[in-house]
Amino acid sequence: MAFVFVIPGPLRELAGNRGEVRVDGKASSVTDALSLLWTQWPGLRDRVLTERGEVRLHVNIFVDGESIRDAGGLGMPVRDGAEIFILPALSGG
Amino acid sequence: MPEIQHITAKNGDILLLIGTMKGAFVLRANKTRKKWEVGGPYFPGMAVYAMAYDGRAGRNRLWAGPQSMHWGALLSSSDDFGQSWTNPEEANVKFPEGTGAALENIWQIEPGHDDEPDTLFCGVQPAALFASRDAGKTWRLTEGLWNHPQRSKWQPGGGGLCLHTILLDPETPKRIRIAVSTAGMYVTEDGGTTWRPSNQGVRADFLPDKHPEFGQCVHKVVQSGQQPERMYLQNHWGLYRSDDRGESWTDIANGVPSDFGFALATHPANPDCAWIVPLESDQFRCTPEGKLRVYATRDAGKSWKPMAKGLPQKGAYETVLRDAMAVDALDPVGVYFGTRSGKVFGSADEGKSWSMVLDGLPAVVSVNTARVSLKRRKGA
Repeated sequence: MAFVFVIPGPLRELAGNRGEVRVDGKASSVTDALSLLWTQWPGLRDRVLTERGEVRLHVNIFVDGESIRDAGGLGMPVRDGAEIFILPALSGG
Repeated sequence: MPEIQHITAKNGDILLLIGTMKGAFVLRANKTRKKWEVGGPYFPGMAVYAMAYDGRAGRNRLWAGPQSMHWGALLSSSDDFGQSWTNPEEANVKFPEGTGAALENIWQIEPGHDDEPDTLFCGVQPAALFASRDAGKTWRLTEGLWNHPQRSKWQPGGGGLCLHTILLDPETPKRIRIAVSTAGMYVTEDGGTTWRPSNQGVRADFLPDKHPEFGQCVHKVVQSGQQPERMYLQNHWGLYRSDDRGESWTDIANGVPSDFGFALATHPANPDCAWIVPLESDQFRCTPEGKLRVYATRDAGKSWKPMAKGLPQKGAYETVLRDAMAVDALDPVGVYFGTRSGKVFGSADEGKSWSMVLDGLPAVVSVNTARVSLKRRKGA
C-alpha cells in the first residue's frame, strides 16, 4: 500500500522541505498511515498530535477530501493510494 | 512573513526579552539604556509567554516558549542572540504517557543556580513543573508536584490553570517555591519530591472560606536576592510582604489606588524596594482613572508612591500582565514593563522618570532582562 501526505508550509522543514510525502506500508486506518509518516519524518508527530495521541484542536486531517472528524476520527479506514491532507484549521485572533 | 531584524550584542549590554501574543522581540542597549536596537519578530504569529537568558557556564543562550495555535508549544533556544533558533524534532516538554495531560502553554523558564549550570526549570499549563538537568536538552515532569493530592482541586484562572512563578531560594538550593493560578503557592524543601501549600495570610475573596489552605489566585511573587526572607506578592486582590521566606504574609496595600494587579518586581540590591502597576479591579482590569502609574515602595510596603513622570496620564486604560515587568541589575536599576496595547516603557533611574522604549507591538505578555557577558577566548 502507498499513501500521499500533503504537508502544510509551516511543517515542511520537518519533512525534508517537501510539500508532498509518499509513504509505503500496510495501513488500515488513519492512525496506521500516520504511524508510517512518523517513521519517515518523526518531527511531524508532536506538531500534529498531542501527548494524548489526539489530533490537535486546530489541525484538520482530510482523507481523499473528507475530514476525519466527520468520519470516525483517527480510526477512519484508508484505501491504498489515499491522499491525506494535514492542514491548519481556520482559527486565530 | 515579516522581515526579521537582528541585534548585535556587545559585552555589558542590557537585553530586554519581550514576549508578545504574536512573537518575540529581543532589544539591546548599552548601559546608558537610552537607545534600543530591536531584534525580531521571532516566532511570528506565535504567543510567547516565557523567555529567559542563561549566561551560566560561558553561555549566552536565549530561551523562549513559543506556542503555536496549530502546532503546540515547545522550548526553543538561541546561542546567537536570536539570529537562529532551535526547532527540536520531538517536542522537548511533554507530559508522560499515563498522566492523561497534554501541554497547552509554557509560562515560565527559570535557569537553575549558578553551581548547577545545566539545571533549568519551566512552569507550564496545565499547571506543572518540568526540570532539565542537561542544559535544556531533555525535560522531565516533577512528579512530586503533579501527584500532589490537592492538585485535582486546583481551578483555572482567567488565563488557564498555569504554573507561572518559580522561585529558587538563593541560599537553600533544594527549596523551591512555585505559584499556580488558581491554587496558590506551594513549596518544596527537598528539591521537588514533596510539596506543601504555603499561603498563610493570603486572601481568597472569591471563595466562601477567605483564608483556605490552598486555592488562592496568586498573580506574581518575587523574592529578594540579597535578603531571601523578604518576598512580595501581588494577589488577585491583595498586596503582601513576607519576612519569613513566604511562610506567612502581611497586607501592605497602604496607599495604593487598588490592591488588584498583576505586575511586580523587586530591587536587586534593596529588599525594601518594589514596584507594582495597580489595576482598577478584576471587573475592569485597566489602570485606574486612565492614568498609567507605577507605584514604588522604599520602605517594604509601609507606603507606596506613584511614579508617573513620562507615562501617559490621560485616557491611558492600560493593562500590565503578571510577567510583563522586570528590572535590570545596573545602578541605578532599570525598570521596564510592557502593556497589552503593545507599548514598552523603561526607566533608567528606578522609576523616577519613564520613556517609551517601543510602541506598536502585539500585546505584551512577558518582559525579562539580562546583562550580556561575552567571555573572551584564550589568546583572542
